[in-house]
Amino acid sequence: MSPFLRATLTIAAKDLRSEFRTKEAFNASLSFSVVILVLFSFAFDPTSEQMQAISGGLLWLVFSFASALSLNRSFARELQNDCLDALVSAPIPVAAIFLGKALANYFLLILVEITALAVFALFYDTHFAAQLWPILLVIALGTWGMTVIGTTFSALTVNLRMREVMLPTLVYPMLVPALMAAMTLTTDLMNGIPLGGDNLLWLRVLTGFDFIYTLLAMVFIDIVVVG
Amino acid sequence: MTSPPAQYQLHPAALDIDGVYKYYGSFPALRDIRLKITAGSTVALLGRNGAGKTTLLKIIAGLSKPSEGSVRIGGHEVREQATRAKIGVLGHGISVYDELSALENLIIFAKLYGLPDPEKSALAWLERTGLDRVRDGLVREFSRGMRQRLAVARAFLHEPELLLMDEPFTALDDRAIAVLQELLADAHATGRTIVMSTHQLREALELATDVVLIQRGQIAHAGPRMQEMVDDTGWLYRTYGEN
Amino acid sequence: MRDRIMYVLATLSAALLTWNLYKIFMILPDEKNQGAIYRIVYMHVPSIFTGFTGFFVALAASALYLITKDLKYDAFAAAVTEVSLAFASIVLATGMIWGRIIWGIWWAWDARLTTMLVCWLIYFGYVMLRRAIDEPTQRARLSAVVSVFGCVDIMIVYKSIEWWRTQHPAPVLSVRDGGGMGPGMESPIYWNWLAFMCLASILVMVRMRQESISREIDSLRRMAHAY
Repeated sequence: MSPFLRATLTIAAKDLRSEFRTKEAFNASLSFSVVILVLFSFAFDPTSEQMQAISGGLLWLVFSFASALSLNRSFARELQNDCLDALVSAPIPVAAIFLGKALANYFLLILVEITALAVFALFYDTHFAAQLWPILLVIALGTWGMTVIGTTFSALTVNLRMREVMLPTLVYPMLVPALMAAMTLTTDLMNGIPLGGDNLLWLRVLTGFDFIYTLLAMVFIDIVVVG
Repeated sequence: MTSPPAQYQLHPAALDIDGVYKYYGSFPALRDIRLKITAGSTVALLGRNGAGKTTLLKIIAGLSKPSEGSVRIGGHEVREQATRAKIGVLGHGISVYDELSALENLIIFAKLYGLPDPEKSALAWLERTGLDRVRDGLVREFSRGMRQRLAVARAFLHEPELLLMDEPFTALDDRAIAVLQELLADAHATGRTIVMSTHQLREALELATDVVLIQRGQIAHAGPRMQEMVDDTGWLYRTYGEN
Repeated sequence: MRDRIMYVLATLSAALLTWNLYKIFMILPDEKNQGAIYRIVYMHVPSIFTGFTGFFVALAASALYLITKDLKYDAFAAAVTEVSLAFASIVLATGMIWGRIIWGIWWAWDARLTTMLVCWLIYFGYVMLRRAIDEPTQRARLSAVVSVFGCVDIMIVYKSIEWWRTQHPAPVLSVRDGGGMGPGMESPIYWNWLAFMCLASILVMVRMRQESISREIDSLRRMAHAY
């Protein structure tokens, strides 16, 4: 195993281990997403056709709100005892620290999202079984986009006062293209329309977004964290 | 035309700070710091709060970049990974994770430093710092002194050649001070280089071989430790017009 | 020298604007489909051009800062972004007024207007971020990274919204195919763009001067605390 990969996995394992010991971010994200799902039933008629037409959008709203809670913790976790200094002075690239943290966030978010998806299906009688794998693919891609942007900005805002306010202010506008693609794709898939035709374009947007920002984050993370 | 004779430096300085400036906006926090530190010396970095000690230590540790100038450790750039493996940093914070156990903390850092047997090194250092009996306890539940000893173990874990410490004695309890002093004496005896900033003049001067005084971001004094300093800890400050 | 340039630019833009206003209101006839309101195009479109030019210049300035670490590029990037944000606001306001008159609704989710809104949100985040950081060098570094991420995002948003629109057709504001612009009706758009660019340059210069003075003050304050 290359040293880069080993460092990345060590960081990811560390983050997951301390997260699962307290489950702070996980519980907060999960309960928050369930609450939003319940609140939606008051905003829309949960049994109507209209519900099907906007299901993808609703789902991604839940995901993106829930993600802010756990992404905020990502680098803030390192502030507690000046742990970030110890990580940065260790003989590992900053990109490995970033990627490790991103992987841990990704894993947590996926876990929250799968649970939220099940709750969503339960509450709103949605039929995604027919297109389950494509939906999971879209969730995997969309979540990676949210994770990369969120983790980068978590590192960027970690030393700022008003960190909790700054992160969503910066992250959500940046996520517009990814969320737009993920919402369109998910809505179509939930309505039983398979991937193909115009939708492949959205898959390209989503993949391109993930690719471009993973690259940019890896290049710029050293400037963000060290200077 | 003959070219001038090449300059050979067979033993690069353990730490070579060359013309380092650090600006915060237009404000120079450090000005033209030049310092060559030979291997095996123990340097006490003195100066008032805000003089630039922490800034300088952070630059040496590679946690922040100088605006101008360079820092070389054993002839290599700080941000090279191989160089960082040789540095041990002990900052203001304890830099260990509250939700993890003492052993888990040390194993993580042993892995990050690429040590061959992370668990063995971690256990060895828990024993040296007297934490072996609580190795599975969460750091959150530790007393202040135990946390500090763990922080010391984390900084020494990979047997660094250069130790950088920011106010290491501040806020330590007696046992932690004893542990740290013993480890520092041991590190000095085995030829390691130590740079520490400090307010605790007596503890620092007992260990130091050299003294550097920083005033307003500049080096005001740099030289070997003298007996006057140990006998009268205010001597240096008075000599350079501080009180 | 800088003062003299500013006076020249101010005179130029004042003269141009006066002449353009005279031409737009007194000489040009009403447009055959839209009537008098079409004249808002002469504010709307040049503002789009000026705003987008500014955002790309800000990207270049931010990149230059990251390469050279010279704070003058940071001041330039900050000034250009803020001025462009003002022009983006003009675009949004004039676009909304125009939409209200022609389509009867304030906001029709027109592709270009939506892109501009996302743009506005991203750079609003940039300005917020700058306010949250006190230390000038850190502020310069982090906001330069945000500027790069933001500009890349806008390019993706621009393409995606175009695709989104092709799937969900909506009325489009267009000078050229909106129909009926007679000869001589198009050129004032470009003349106004020139005038706006002069105006923007003056504002940028004033803002840059403020930026360097405030950096000076910050440095004096630090000095007073340190020594």
